[in-house]
Formats: sequence, structure tokens, C-alpha cells
Amino acid sequence: MANKDLNFWQRIYLTEIIRGMWITSRHFFSNLWVHLLHAVGLARGRKGMVTYQWPEERKQFSRRLRARHRLMKRADGSTRCVACMMCETICPARCIYIVAEEDPDPRIEKRPKSFEIDLGICVVCGYCVEACPEDAIRMDTYDLETASYSREGMILTLKELLDHDNEDMYPPFGWLKRDRKAR
Amino acid sequence: MSDILIIAIKTAFLLFGVVLPLAAVLTWVERKQSALMQDRIGANRASILGFRAIGLFHIIADSAKMFLKENFTPPKGVRLLHTLAPLVSCFFALAVFGCIPFGHVFTVGGREVPLQIIDANAALLYIFAMMSFSIYGVFLAGWSSHNKYSYLGGLRGAAQMLSYEITMGISLVGLVMIYGTLNLQQMVLAQGGLLFGFLPAWGVFLQPVAFLVFLTAGMAETKRVPFDLPEGESEIIGYFVEYSSMKFGMFFLTDFIEIVIVSALMTTFFFGGWQVPFLQATGFVFPGGARWAVSPTLVSVLQVVAFGIKVAFFCWLQILIRWTLPRFRYDQLMNLGWKFLLPVSVANVLITGLVLVLPI
Repeated sequence: MANKDLNFWQRIYLTEIIRGMWITSRHFFSNLWVHLLHAVGLARGRKGMVTYQWPEERKQFSRRLRARHRLMKRADGSTRCVACMMCETICPARCIYIVAEEDPDPRIEKRPKSFEIDLGICVVCGYCVEACPEDAIRMDTYDLETASYSREGMILTLKELLDHDNEDMYPPFGWLKRDRKAR
Repeated sequence: MSDILIIAIKTAFLLFGVVLPLAAVLTWVERKQSALMQDRIGANRASILGFRAIGLFHIIADSAKMFLKENFTPPKGVRLLHTLAPLVSCFFALAVFGCIPFGHVFTVGGREVPLQIIDANAALLYIFAMMSFSIYGVFLAGWSSHNKYSYLGGLRGAAQMLSYEITMGISLVGLVMIYGTLNLQQMVLAQGGLLFGFLPAWGVFLQPVAFLVFLTAGMAETKRVPFDLPEGESEIIGYFVEYSSMKFGMFFLTDFIEIVIVSALMTTFFFGGWQVPFLQATGFVFPGGARWAVSPTLVSVLQVVAFGIKVAFFCWLQILIRWTLPRFRYDQLMNLGWKFLLPVSVANVLITGLVLVLPI
């Protein structure tokens, strides 16, 4: 890519400095003005910043967001997972560890004895969800705050994966406008 | 005896009452101002009993953190010099304020107290001497850390500060020629008149080129963005990379003290120091001939306040520049200093001399 030649005023640089400082000081004073109005309780509709003050203020999640996993349950409360190892096989980060055992129900072959997902190495690609033939594993909890002080704390166990009420989950802070129309 | 007492009181007032608190508040101002310029909120999390005071407690939180961190000296470093370097930086930065007049005279109990710590005739030379000493802080820190990166940072810093010091000195020669004095109080007094009957006779109107050169060289001298090559925290790493705890804190504080120094010097040399436009010893005298008498005590107070406002404005301006411009490359920095600013400041001296000598 060819660089555009600078004109005389740009080569002097001083005028460009003043132009740049004009832009930044304009932002400074307009934001300062908005904050001063807020301090006396005026102009609540105008925002002096573009940032979100997490965790008090949260951004609207998208419907398709991939977050912490969960395992869906049958009507009787047992897991839908049949320990077919599809998700463990497709996982590019190899963060899923399944130990299978025989299911007491004669119509079902296997069930997971333990099902662990190491969120510390999970790359949140969603392939496990795509691969699952039983629609057992989902990533729709909209829970992104999974940090922990130890590596062991980052591992999800079967108990944690089943700790939900089996409902469909939606982004917790209302709907995006686009999705509301679709509904 | 009472003279010494008065000097001690003035020193305490200026350093502990104004300069150090101002430098501390500037750490907060810099964060908040940059945040507002970039449509952010800035530091606002430190709180006492849930009371946040628009982030002002971050000053206390920062200094508490600095004091509580481990004080580390590199095992192969020179322990004495490593400890001395931040002290040297900070001491000579504070010493500059000795000669800056922050007011004219304050009459108390029939006694006239000059509002300046040392009324020296060679004040300008004193200030340049003290500012030159700050190189030692940078270079000692770089050398005594026994670390290649801090050594290179110290070299860069020393080369940059030496280069720009020359330009800074020459840019003021024009002013010295016009006012015919090195005494800062006399310089400020000489800026009290009016040009063409309405414009205050401030240095910036007499020497606009010198002002721009001095501003640039001053920012380079204090190692601020766009000239922060000695430090460059994020990538090139600077001379205080091996510093931690309050030793680092002192370098950090020195940075902000130097902002105040450059602001105070610019105010003194180019913006009339403590002079309030149209205010004379007995009151306001406006160009139209209107007068408004003001008591001498109030005049002194107004002058000190005017000096403070001007200094605060230049602190704001320097932070604005720092958060607007990108950093120079090192060759650009040297080219700007030696091939552009130095010839311009010499030419400014020559032209000023011609104008003064030629009968107009």
C-alpha cells in the first residue's frame, strides 16, 4: 500500500497536533459537562461514557452465546447422556473426561459414572453440543463468571452439570431487539 | 533568626502544602482526564465505607500499595546507588521550586515578606543547574540495577535529557535579553506592563517561538509521552524496571512533580507568573481608564491564586498532550531536538538580538 504524501500543514505537524488536541479536549469537556449535569440530577438520558460498569451494569448477551455447559435431564431426573463418547472424541482441547457404567434400565445401554469438563482448558468451541446425538450437553447457561482460585476449581463435575431445573434458558437480562421481533 | 523561620515556613507551605499534594492529586487527575477524553469513567473503585468520592481515594490506595510492597534490590546491583537514585531524582525536582516566585510581597505586621523562597539574582541558572541534576537520578537508576534493559533505558534517558536541556536553555536566552535579568522575580515584574495599551506584556506575546520550543523541550525533559522513551513501560522498558515499592513510587512522584515544575516555569517565563491582567499594586486599572481599588492583602491573595490557576491550566494542558499524541521514534526524537528545535531557538535568539539592537 502506497503512503499518501503529506501536505504542507501535515508536514509542519504543529497544526495536526492542535487538530488532535481539539478532538480530545472536545471529548473531555463534553463528557465533563454530562457528568456535572448528572451530579445535580439532570440529563439522565445522556451517557458520559461508552463503557459498562461491570458487575453493577451488565451488557445484553446474545441469544446464541456459548457459555458454561450443562447436561440435560429426562423426565425422571436422570441424565440424557448415554456416555457415547462423541463429545469427548470431537473435543479439540480434550477437556471432557467421561467414565461410563451400565445403566440399570434395560432399554438404555450406558450412562456416565462421572462426567468432568475442565473449563481451564475448554476453548468454548461448541463442538460437543453439535456432536451430541441425544441433545444432552448444552452451552446455554449464559454463565461466564466461572473463574476460580485453583486449577481443580475449574473442573465441572457431573453434579454441577446436572444442577439446573431442565428448563430452556434465555439470556438473563431481557431480549435483544432482533430476537424479540422473531418471537 | 526570624528570617530563617520565615524561609522555613515558606518552604513548608510551598513543598508540603502545594507541590506534593498537587503532584499526588495529579495522579488522580491524569487517570480521570484520560478517561473523560476516551469516553470512559476512570478509577472509581477505591472506597471508604462505601463512599467513593469520585475516585479520590485511589491516591491513598496507591500510596498504601507502594509502601506495602516488597522493597527489592537486584542481588548484583549496587545497593547504595540503587537506593540513592530515586532520592536524587526527587530531591532535585523539589529543589527547583526554591527560586520560583509564587507572589510578589505579602505585608504582615508591617513586615514585607517576599513570596519566593530564595530571591537569588542568578535564579535562572540555579533552576537549570537543579534540572540538570535530575539526569543523575535517571542514569544512576539505570546503571545500578545491573540489568541490560534498565541500563539502555538510562542511556536513552541521559542522551535525551542532555539534548533537550541545551534547547531549553537557549530558548530562554531571548527572554533574558529582553528583560535583562536572570532574577525570576524581576522577570515577572517586567511582565506587569501592557503592550499596545491593552495586551498584558507576557513573555508569550514577546517570544511566541521561544514558548513553543520551551514547551516541547520541557515535555521532553520531563520524559512524558510523546517523549517517554526512557520509560516506555509497555514495550521498551525503562531505567526503573528493577524498582519496586516506594523507591518506584518516588520516581513516579518525581514525574508528576516535574509536570508541576514545567507548568510553573512556563507560567513564570511566558504567562506573567503571578501577574493578574490589569491588576496593579493598588487595584485594577483597565485599558479604558476605569479603576477599581483593591486592598493590598487581597492583591497578594489574588496574585497567588492567579499563579495557582495558571499552573493548574498548564498541568491540564500537559496531560492533554500526553493522552493525545503518539510516541516519537528515537531517531525522530533526536532529529527534532538537534536538527529542528536547536536551530529554531538559536535563530530566535539572533532575531531577538537584531530587533533589540536595531533602532525601530
